[in-house]
Amino acid sequence: MKTLHKTLAAAVVSASLMGTTVLAEDTHPVTGEQLADEQVFTYRALDESSSLDPQVVEDVDGSYIVRDLFEGLLNSDPEGNIVPGVAERWETDDNQNWTFYLRDDAKWSDGEPVTANDFVYAWRRAVDPELASPYAWYMSLMALENVDAVLEGEMEDTTLGVEAVDEHTLKVSLTRPMPYFDQMVTHATTFPSPQWVIEEHGDDWTKPGNLVGNGAFVLTEHVINERLVRERNDLYWDNDNNLMDKVVTLVINDENQALNRYDAGELDKTDIPAGQYPAQESERPEEAHVFPRLCNYYYSFNNEVAPFDDARVRKALSYAIDRNVVVDNVLQGGQFPAYTFTPALTAGFTTPDVDWGQWTQAQRDERARELLAEAGYGPDNPLRTTLLYNTDEAHRKVAIAVTAMWKQKLGVEATLENQEWTTFLTTRGEGDFEIARGAWCGDYNEASTFLDLMQSGSGYNDANYDSAEYDRLSAEAQTMTDPSANYTQMEELAAEDMPNAPVYHYTGIIMVKPDLKGWPYEDVQQNIYSRNLYKVAQ
Amino acid sequence: MFNFVLRRIAVAIPTLLILVSISFFLMFSAPGGPFTSERPIPQAVMENIEAKYNLDKPVYQQLGIYIWNIVTDFDFGPSFRYQDRTVLDLIESGFPVTLTYGFWAFVFAVTIGVALGVIAALKHNTAADYTAVSIAIVGQVLPNFVMAPILVLIFVLWLGWLPGGGWQGGQIEYIILPAIALGTSFLASIARITRSSMLEVLNSNYIRTARAKGLPFRYIVWRHALKPAMLPVVSYLGPAFVGMITGSVIIDSYFTTGGIGVHFINGALNRDYAVIMGFTILLGTLTIVFNMLVDILYAWIDPKIRY
Repeated sequence: MKTLHKTLAAAVVSASLMGTTVLAEDTHPVTGEQLADEQVFTYRALDESSSLDPQVVEDVDGSYIVRDLFEGLLNSDPEGNIVPGVAERWETDDNQNWTFYLRDDAKWSDGEPVTANDFVYAWRRAVDPELASPYAWYMSLMALENVDAVLEGEMEDTTLGVEAVDEHTLKVSLTRPMPYFDQMVTHATTFPSPQWVIEEHGDDWTKPGNLVGNGAFVLTEHVINERLVRERNDLYWDNDNNLMDKVVTLVINDENQALNRYDAGELDKTDIPAGQYPAQESERPEEAHVFPRLCNYYYSFNNEVAPFDDARVRKALSYAIDRNVVVDNVLQGGQFPAYTFTPALTAGFTTPDVDWGQWTQAQRDERARELLAEAGYGPDNPLRTTLLYNTDEAHRKVAIAVTAMWKQKLGVEATLENQEWTTFLTTRGEGDFEIARGAWCGDYNEASTFLDLMQSGSGYNDANYDSAEYDRLSAEAQTMTDPSANYTQMEELAAEDMPNAPVYHYTGIIMVKPDLKGWPYEDVQQNIYSRNLYKVAQ
Repeated sequence: MFNFVLRRIAVAIPTLLILVSISFFLMFSAPGGPFTSERPIPQAVMENIEAKYNLDKPVYQQLGIYIWNIVTDFDFGPSFRYQDRTVLDLIESGFPVTLTYGFWAFVFAVTIGVALGVIAALKHNTAADYTAVSIAIVGQVLPNFVMAPILVLIFVLWLGWLPGGGWQGGQIEYIILPAIALGTSFLASIARITRSSMLEVLNSNYIRTARAKGLPFRYIVWRHALKPAMLPVVSYLGPAFVGMITGSVIIDSYFTTGGIGVHFINGALNRDYAVIMGFTILLGTLTIVFNMLVDILYAWIDPKIRY
């Protein structure tokens, strides 16, 4: 009996001692906030991720998971600035040849060191015709030397412009200077992959138990279309600064149901369904958040078919859209009225003061009526057209509002046509439309990710805009150290020709539980890293 | 009986082949393809992808390769959308889930539905009858996509008794809501069918004879009335069970149980050809098998039926 008492006493003492140490550690090292005992973050994803393979993944939700499981050369911090990742430092003299120096304490979750060769392997793998990744185009966007020839199978992948000088030095050669190349290597496609694991498990390598990553978390559970769980990776080089122990993704297709489950306490973060922001904001101002995103929303006029081959018609319709009504009365989620194609918050981009953006709406409407009359349309000869959009409640609301404005102000008879997503993409891609909805989220935080869309040769130029001057400015911008002057000119040209009518720039609208901190509201690209999140005690 | 089963299987194979061929051509007639995306994929990349998935071959050749792979290797191909997974992976992970809550929905619908129907018939034109009929009508007019949010409102948000979705490996609290939401309209149909068929049987001559013999009423219901009254219900059960698995489309996407239902929608929307085909075959096979089981049950219940 006595022994038992002794053991008990010892246990109590050691437990209380442990308690003290835990308590001491239980505050945030920087902010000093009291941390919650349980550091588990559960959030809603709209859909199952396309893949967990860094070279294959193509969706936003999937990229976030991959960013937790792997780490690339560079990361972005909660404000969206580029910070070191596996690469401790990097240098370039001409923006065309880049050298990355890898830290020597970076490890894979099986204990192997992360080396420059792991990146070379991954980058070659991304363009491997046999892997046939749909995201192989990203490597071509990075303008790696010989990338297109490798993709076409004409050259060996060993000729690709990436080379391991030694275990910890990676050299990259591009076909042209790219000042924002450092941004591009924060993207999942460029993350390293473990050759030995892929060779051992083949297509099954991304399953829990098989997957070896170099990120702050390891994959512990994955049920398709239901949940994915990742837990702290003790071997991660910066593990000491990771406060989050476990992250759970729950796939919930229906956004209203997701909000229900958020209300029931099953989720720490979810999206606010379209149009519900004002209600949530007044009910729970601490939890409803709105922040700018690097995305635009526009209507493409088909510049090749009458009557939209006439810039006057395009401008008239664009001017007549009262963007404030769309944003304040229809969408109600803090979106920004857009008069330029590129969002104002894009890094290194100064929004040009395009003339029509400065006018009052009455002036715009007046000018719209004049232009349309000049083009030969009026009460006796009303303009008839069709507006195509992909089936979605929010798109429908915007389309109804906009066509009503056209009808009321200009007498334009616009019919609405909606199509399911893939059908819509096919129709729009084939140019079989007059006006079509479009939207774009930047792949990287630089204006060219938007402005490239209006190049005549671009596959994404749905408007079929064809301006030699615009193309020239765009080509020139590619080689400039500071291309911002060209970007301004390109926007001015777009304001003059109006190939597309910009409508608004997106915001992110989410619900976040008050105890979850560290969400990167400031990062317009919303590159989330779970290791920057933490929960405070309440 | 053995011959009967053999004959049915012999007919099933060409039926499935026709189903597969028609679906295959229908699928390819939808605009776009699995790799149609907002960002047009460069030609070289697209060619690599098409070569990998045989999409560069004529449709009839693709169909041939597809069927051949199934017959020789039982290989239903890789999913085009979830590129780390094969269609068999998706079925393996989702089918047990759907089957589990489908089974409970079935049990729920049959036990309560039959009970309600029998009570209504026995207490014909009384308050009990009207209550049972009302319940059946309400269940019938509330489709599962209305039923599910109502259940969530009551049991998740108001009472806080149950989780609002997910599966967690199939713990009981995660099964209840999907099973009830899925089973209710079937319950209503079963109750109505049972009631009218029971009424008909109770009014038949042999029941009158049994009553005239002075047999206790309870005995008559159990021994003589229930079995023949079940015949129309049984013929409804085969399609009902398959209906529950297809009906799981809404349940799966609402409760995100991880079941197979969601693949029917997503497969079609993503033009995930292999997934559409795989699940069409799965469903076709289930329909055939369940109809066959019903026919066998029929013979067991009704001695007049012989194959």
